[in-house]
Amino acid sequence: MNKTHRVPSSRSLSAVEVKSKFGAEFRRFSLDRSKPGRFDEFYGLLQHVHHIPNVELLVAYADVHGDLLPINNDDNYHKAISTANPLLRLFLQRKEEADYAAFGTDSLTRKKNTVLSAVLLRPDANKKKPPVIISLPKDFRPVSSIIDVDILPETHRRVRLYKHGQEKPLGFYIRDGSSVRVTPQGLEKVPGIFISRLVPGGLAESTGLLAVNDEVLEVNGIEVAGKSLDQVTDMMIANSHNLIITVKPANQRNNVVRCGGGGGAASGSSGRSSDSGASYYGYSAHGAVASMPTHIIQNFSAGELESDEDEDLVIEAGGEAEAIRHAPSDYSIPSVPRYEPHLNLRSHFSSAYSINANGTLHGSGSSGSPNNINANSASPSPDRAKERRSLEEDGTVITL
Amino acid sequence: MKRFRRHAHESQRERLKQELFHFNKTVEHGFPHQPSALGYSPSLQLLAIGTRSGAIKLYGAPGVEFMGLHDENAAVTQVHFMPHQVELVTLLDDNSLHMWTLRGHKGISELLEIGRFMLTGPPGAPPSVTSVTAVLAHSSGELLLLGTEGGHVFVVEVPGFRELEERNISLDQITNSIPDDYLGRRNLEHVEALVENPINPSQVVIGYGRGLMVIWDLEKKNAVQHLPATQQLESMWWTEDGSHILSSHSDGSYCRWRVGGPEEEEEEEEKSDIPYGHFPCKAISKIVQLPTEEGPPFLLFNGGMPRASYGDRHCITVIHGKTHVALDFTSRIIDFFVIRSGPQHTGDPSALVVLVEEEVVVIDLQTEGWPVIQTPYLVPLHSSAITCSHHVSAIPLKLWERIITSGELQNAHYSKKPWPIMGGQNLAPDPPQRDLLLTGHEDGTVRFWDASGVCLKPMYTLRTATAFHTDADPNDNMNPSAEGEWPPFRKVGCFDPYSDDPRLGIQKIHLCKYSGHLAVAGTAGQILMLEPNDEAAEHTVETKVVDLLQGQEGFRWKGHTRLNVREDPVEFPAGFQPFTLVQCQPPAVVTALSLHSEWKLVAFGTSHGFGLFDYQQNNNVFVRCTLNPSDQLALEGPLSRVKSIKKSLRQSFRRIRRSRVSLRKHHANNAAKIQEANARMEAELAEMELAPVQRKIEARSSDDSFTGLVRTLYFADTFLSDSTHHTPSLWAGTNGGCVFAYMIRLPAIEHRADEPVTAQPAKEIQLMHRAPVLGIVVLDGHGAPLPEPLEVAHDLARSPDMQASHHVVVTSEEQFKVFTLPKVSSKMKLKLTAVDGSRVRRVGVAWFGSSRTEDYGESGLVVLTNQGDVHVVSLPHVKMQVHYPCIRREDVSGIASCVFTRQGQGKHGSRPSLSGVLPRADLSVLRQAST
Repeated sequence: MNKTHRVPSSRSLSAVEVKSKFGAEFRRFSLDRSKPGRFDEFYGLLQHVHHIPNVELLVAYADVHGDLLPINNDDNYHKAISTANPLLRLFLQRKEEADYAAFGTDSLTRKKNTVLSAVLLRPDANKKKPPVIISLPKDFRPVSSIIDVDILPETHRRVRLYKHGQEKPLGFYIRDGSSVRVTPQGLEKVPGIFISRLVPGGLAESTGLLAVNDEVLEVNGIEVAGKSLDQVTDMMIANSHNLIITVKPANQRNNVVRCGGGGGAASGSSGRSSDSGASYYGYSAHGAVASMPTHIIQNFSAGELESDEDEDLVIEAGGEAEAIRHAPSDYSIPSVPRYEPHLNLRSHFSSAYSINANGTLHGSGSSGSPNNINANSASPSPDRAKERRSLEEDGTVITL
Repeated sequence: MKRFRRHAHESQRERLKQELFHFNKTVEHGFPHQPSALGYSPSLQLLAIGTRSGAIKLYGAPGVEFMGLHDENAAVTQVHFMPHQVELVTLLDDNSLHMWTLRGHKGISELLEIGRFMLTGPPGAPPSVTSVTAVLAHSSGELLLLGTEGGHVFVVEVPGFRELEERNISLDQITNSIPDDYLGRRNLEHVEALVENPINPSQVVIGYGRGLMVIWDLEKKNAVQHLPATQQLESMWWTEDGSHILSSHSDGSYCRWRVGGPEEEEEEEEKSDIPYGHFPCKAISKIVQLPTEEGPPFLLFNGGMPRASYGDRHCITVIHGKTHVALDFTSRIIDFFVIRSGPQHTGDPSALVVLVEEEVVVIDLQTEGWPVIQTPYLVPLHSSAITCSHHVSAIPLKLWERIITSGELQNAHYSKKPWPIMGGQNLAPDPPQRDLLLTGHEDGTVRFWDASGVCLKPMYTLRTATAFHTDADPNDNMNPSAEGEWPPFRKVGCFDPYSDDPRLGIQKIHLCKYSGHLAVAGTAGQILMLEPNDEAAEHTVETKVVDLLQGQEGFRWKGHTRLNVREDPVEFPAGFQPFTLVQCQPPAVVTALSLHSEWKLVAFGTSHGFGLFDYQQNNNVFVRCTLNPSDQLALEGPLSRVKSIKKSLRQSFRRIRRSRVSLRKHHANNAAKIQEANARMEAELAEMELAPVQRKIEARSSDDSFTGLVRTLYFADTFLSDSTHHTPSLWAGTNGGCVFAYMIRLPAIEHRADEPVTAQPAKEIQLMHRAPVLGIVVLDGHGAPLPEPLEVAHDLARSPDMQASHHVVVTSEEQFKVFTLPKVSSKMKLKLTAVDGSRVRRVGVAWFGSSRTEDYGESGLVVLTNQGDVHVVSLPHVKMQVHYPCIRREDVSGIASCVFTRQGQGKHGSRPSLSGVLPRADLSVLRQAST
């Protein structure tokens, strides 16, 4: 369509050439590489150039490796701009017709396979399938997490398992046993509850955070000491939609990380970023754990521990099924719980980005103005997160 | 207002709580679990029963009960009242002796332990020397003679338990006195029995296990006479005139020995007899002979049955002149005693009291035919296994009298004699109201008990089996023994744990105390509607079959078939008579039942669904199938499979019992085999330790089995469609955490008989945690539970507030949830399982009156958890108020059988299938103050 051939100029080095495809139509324009602006501005621009002001879009680009990757926030937008070499090829889709299967490694060359199965498949470290399918960030959801690392003793681990719908069984068994405690009277053998078996393919096994013979100390913040096996079983089942168990892992070698990582708590707090998470997994002995993409290290407030995700379904006479819920929600599927931690994840990412960006910008010795831009670009995101969190807090008060 | 109080005056609330809730374990109903010893004091007229768990219970006149518990958790093996004293001595199987007394205190007596004693032998002696085998409470009331396994007799002064060493009778003293010709002076073995001479307190007879009996003079400290029996000794009895000693032996024989001077020694073994002789017999474990004023004496003994043919019978033989009866009991005999008439209790025998493992039977020995005297207490609630229970409080007098009259007609075969044990005085005031406990049994009977007072009195028994054709021959074991049968058996006692058709079992009962309508539902999907009739009547029962599957395809019921209804008119005795039968199809166990007598509707549920039946028009209103199509178990009826396992178990037990006798003959050959089996068992045990019990952690899902099983049904007049019109409604809760609400349209009263009742689905709530729904209660505008049907019409309850909005409280196994009505949205909840790991087993609504003021009270949910704790949860705010441990968590059936009364009592049958003790836990102070 637009056949004007651009001669590379000195100016074009700092400009990014954009070729945007929506349906059968192409639009070409350019952007300033150093001042890419925010994603929402860019999004508006795309709607403008394609003359589709009210169409919800899914924006994707082809990266240097030929992978089709999504652009839906400032971070990946900036990444796309910075890696454009020099042409940025954009592919726009209507959101309602979006084909998520298209994303991923070699996605542009690969033949599209059935859409639904691809949507359901989430990255699973244990399956050694070469093409890792990357879905949209909104499809990322935590399956498990290690929480409260900063307040728990190093020998303990607090694991949160998220049970979404009916997909995967929690998949573990517990048993009675005895453990040795240090008491003022000396060593004492006390009864305890232990994990006795992991079901292959179950949630517990696939997270790699729980292992056979780990001692269960708490269930959702309540100590299990003095409770019978049946009581603990019932507690776990009652909390199964959002199970937080504190264990004393049988294999204590993995705990070296935090002491050996240098600086202890200080380094932990300063590096509360994706990097430190990576280093954590780097140290850990489990290969499977190291490659888990969905683990998040984060702190949960007490309110979040209490947060309850069981929404009863009410069918009024002749009416549609509706979930009882008071808090407004972005997600329309009633049976799928909210993934608030995901928001935290994003705010971590953005702050991490801003730090890194500052570093590079300082290195390049440019003026202060980009700093401001970066500051601007970074600031809305925590704000939004804060907004959301306050909503969420309301949610815990009102929700069932 | 309540909310304000709660937030503003936390401490005031605490005080209020103390005024409202008070937990008291009051009484245990029914028969003590595992009795192990019996004692009787003729002077006090008190009966004492010791149990294997170390409890000691005293019973006198109806209502007079004392209970004590030994600190040691050891079985009580012997109970002896000190003659003419208020003390009693118990021997435990840890060889400790305990002295108990009844002490007056503020006008009431209480049972107190005042001393304990453990026999200490000489240093270095083996423990067998001091292991007590026989106890004699001497008539002086000051001495206790203790025979031991080592063969010594120790003399102890009571009540202080002071050993009188100089009076001990050592084995050496005895052996020195034995004539040289006695069987080569073999070991005499342990002291089996000690008996005092009734006319000479200084003489006692010491019976040794080997058979030798020595009459010993306590004063002169020498042997008076030797009675050299050749068989192992079981028991002795010294006749009242002091002239003879009876000894019973392990070979089923008894001997009569003449007591006299040495000059009569040639007459020694005067009479020896094996009453059921010729073939080897079992031991006679106790023998009693009592004289009568005129005529022959009574001879009573326990056991002695021919080993091969009747070795498994539990019999007491009574011989009086030409009358000879072998009373045949249904469970093992613990002990027996005879009550004698006359002011000094020395007259003719008047009653025989037998303690068997499962009941107490009292036989009137003065009335022709020796009929049984009906027991006013200690009744085995579990004569047939209890399958359900239902409590109704404040019964109107009219219905009460009708039940009593019907009951009296049934009890014609009992003795007219009053209860012979009348010790003590019942100080409890008359109960403030008439309470009824209904128990459903496995054999299809419903028993009505007077539960108003302390003791549970049987009132009336309803048999539902008469409406059906059953395989069991009703005259099966009621047959009087054929002429000339030997031994002359006579069945006594009502304990019969074997039901011949488990389908008759009663699962749910609902009685409306105002209309007298009774709904009874059973194992084979049968729901009988009954009403009281003062006269016997003959009529047919109309049957309506209700298909709960509603044409769902691909289901095959593999469980039991439905019961066959008698199509010809049946003669029903006076009492409750069935008029309609609703038969669920498939005939699965009825799991929920609710009756609304004002609307004349009955709702019923099984594992397949639920239905609503109009019993005025005899018409089914609607049926709802709750079955999950993937639920195979529910389709095939595994409950029935369990039943059939039970049945086959029962049969095999019966076989074992029969074959045990023959087995014993091959005992020697089998010793090696037994050893082998033991070794295998040990290996298995070791293996079990290696692989401990583990529990799967998995979220409940809709695919679990029995999610469709209906757990609870509830009628309410409330707001379902909009907030201005309230309508009758039916609520149902399932095992899968689902709640259904149906709106019912009742025709106007004048058209009630001809216009149909209709219903339409209104709400469906799926609890996300999917735990079984155990209870549904609708609260009125004041937050108070809706009254029961007809309560308002009879001016017994305030009419509910229909102005403000209603709420529905759904209790699941895991949490309590309050929803608003008519738009269902969750308002409040209280989690239980997620917090402390206990699950709700039983829930009831109760009224708690304040102990301080008459006019204040609150309604609350009373909850029993699987940990055996009782919780009180406030309404309508579902806040935990108090909790108390009530039942041991191991007592699963006790927990399962708990019923709560509206006044806040909890009643439960502790192991109803085995013992049927119903300890009643009293929760409300008001109730406590008034009893």
